[in-house]
Amino acid sequence: MFAVIVALVAVPFAAAIASLIAPPRAGAAITVTSGVASFGLVLALVPAAAHRTLGYGSYVRVDAVSVIFMLATGFLYAAVAVYCAGYVRKETEGEEPAAARRYTRRFYALFNLFGWSMLVAPTMNSLALLWIAVEVTTVVSALLVALENTDAAVEAAWKYVLIASAGLGLGLLATIFAYFAGAQVLGQHYDLALNTVLQVGARLPHTPVRLAFMLAVLGYGTKVGLFPVHTWLPDAHSEAPTPVSALLSGSLLAVSFYAILRYFQIATATLGSAFPRDVLLAFGVASLLLASLYLLDQRDLKRLLAYSSVEHMGILAIGVSFGAPVALAGVMLHVLAHAAAKGNAFMGAGVFTIKFGSKQISAHRGAMDLLPWSGPMFLLAVFALSAMPPFGIFRSEFQIVAGGFSSHSYAAAAVLVVLVTVAFFGLTASATSMLLSSPRSATVRGEPSAWMVVPVVAGIAVLLVLGLHPPSELTGLISRAVAQLGGAA
Amino acid sequence: MDPGQAPGVYPGAANVIATLMLVLEFGMLRQALIRDQIRLYAAQSALISVLAIVIAAERGLPDLYALAGLSAALKVVAVPLVVRRLLGRTGHDEAPGVAGSFTFGVANTVLGSIGLAAFGYFCFGALGIHSPVAPAAALAIAGAMVLVAFGLMIVRRDVASQAVGFFSLENAISLAALVVAAGLPLILETAFLFDLLVAVVVFAMLMRAHHARTESLSTADLTRLRG
Repeated sequence: MFAVIVALVAVPFAAAIASLIAPPRAGAAITVTSGVASFGLVLALVPAAAHRTLGYGSYVRVDAVSVIFMLATGFLYAAVAVYCAGYVRKETEGEEPAAARRYTRRFYALFNLFGWSMLVAPTMNSLALLWIAVEVTTVVSALLVALENTDAAVEAAWKYVLIASAGLGLGLLATIFAYFAGAQVLGQHYDLALNTVLQVGARLPHTPVRLAFMLAVLGYGTKVGLFPVHTWLPDAHSEAPTPVSALLSGSLLAVSFYAILRYFQIATATLGSAFPRDVLLAFGVASLLLASLYLLDQRDLKRLLAYSSVEHMGILAIGVSFGAPVALAGVMLHVLAHAAAKGNAFMGAGVFTIKFGSKQISAHRGAMDLLPWSGPMFLLAVFALSAMPPFGIFRSEFQIVAGGFSSHSYAAAAVLVVLVTVAFFGLTASATSMLLSSPRSATVRGEPSAWMVVPVVAGIAVLLVLGLHPPSELTGLISRAVAQLGGAA
Repeated sequence: MDPGQAPGVYPGAANVIATLMLVLEFGMLRQALIRDQIRLYAAQSALISVLAIVIAAERGLPDLYALAGLSAALKVVAVPLVVRRLLGRTGHDEAPGVAGSFTFGVANTVLGSIGLAAFGYFCFGALGIHSPVAPAAALAIAGAMVLVAFGLMIVRRDVASQAVGFFSLENAISLAALVVAAGLPLILETAFLFDLLVAVVVFAMLMRAHHARTESLSTADLTRLRG
């Protein structure tokens, strides 16, 4: 398995370098190959990670929780890589050849580097290296957000890099206090490896662990998009190139949530589950409340989807706060289903933007008629995001709510159901106004590119599989992840 | 230590260096010129290296000598150089949008920041975290610096000051790390520093992109997007 992990780290990085030096025309092929290969490599880790933790020295460790987050990133990286083949061609149509070549080179190099950084982060055993990996995802994605080089894109990128980096400053403080806590038991010189810290978790001093957990939730929570440190998120998602928005939303937020989960494990081992669960419940409910209200009044399609991401990150936090095994299983499934559904929704939004030349919802009239594939697929993606059966998010949210009831968190579970219903109205109202209205002008019927449809079909298939009958290997992996997160209670 | 007793040479030296870093943070907060802000940042970074050497000598932690050297090479030399180089002409005194970028005026900003610093100092002090490596007061001062650095990023409405605020936030965290995590392996510290360099390059590139579009470093007009 070590070879698989090495390949997983090497392939996207090599693709980033190759995209930079190869002819721009080869960028799409390199990226698709890297994306599909990376997803295949992550799949190869599933059987092993479902039964044991793969550890290599102090710095690399892959367990079931890591692999679930890597699966989300791997799938989305592969799907969006295929989508990019059509998107970048359309985006550079009509531009000066030199400018198009420059854009294509930069886009594919940064895109692969972004995929690489998100795949590497969950393999880090040391909390210090995990912080570095998450910071690398920030700086790479900030450059991607600014890639369109419009006024709005540069503004969004600046706000993103400043707010996210300041947040990660708090994440670094969390790392330092976690080190201090461990040093009281392990001595002044150790490597902050997660498994080492967890082994002595019960003996760690409470104050620095409590402080580290709070700082981690606030710091990494900035990148997750938790209220009130979410303000960069709608802007960056809205102004980034659409394939990047898909990765930001479906994968980057989840990777940052992964970091919070690791601190949750440590805090639970030291302080018991009550304090960390209460903290996550407060942030989760506040995020869900804000997002569901904002979803009712959005005019920009990508901002609508961005607030939907805040909503789903809130659901993840609430799910973890319930603590019940079934809720944690729902959280793990939700990470995967949200990646597929949000990736699909953003890819659909990209098609609409190209077709209608605008991100405004009011401009996308008659999308169902004019886009015979992307229109219905987008509607299905919105239904999936709204937790409609038979898609994966229905199953995951059902499990989370069931976990809320089984842990006697009745009020929180009820609030979750009400706010998710509000979000459903916001999402579907906007989607139906776009899709089912009559076309305003004589826009030609047809898809911009088949490359932009194929990965969306794959996403729908994944959502159906996750909703109807998740493979036994995956359920085994999720069960092990639940046990690792302390869901045996 | 007995409260009535004067601190020894080592804790006194550590606290003086930490206090000087906090004073320089205030200097960056009120400074009108980018060039001077970067100089103050370099001086603050040099103090971090000096503190690392003092701790290394006093507590017998040889790794900290290497860390002090690396940190000085990067933060005292490389980061100011990279920022000035990438900012190009805008790195000079006449770069528009920096001098008058105070949201609340200089006096109010400094007074507010003194309040922030006091709040951070007492909050971190109240945690009761005592490290065997360095005096607890230095951690409280690091807490004060963290809040003043955040204040700097918030009240100055120009990209250069906001970036310097972020870089100095990293210095504040380095100070906290020296107090409570001095034993962190050198390889991880080196990785942190490398990561900082990458972040500095990206910050500088985005500053340059902002300046290229608006011909100013001011963020006063960045009002299209509101979260």
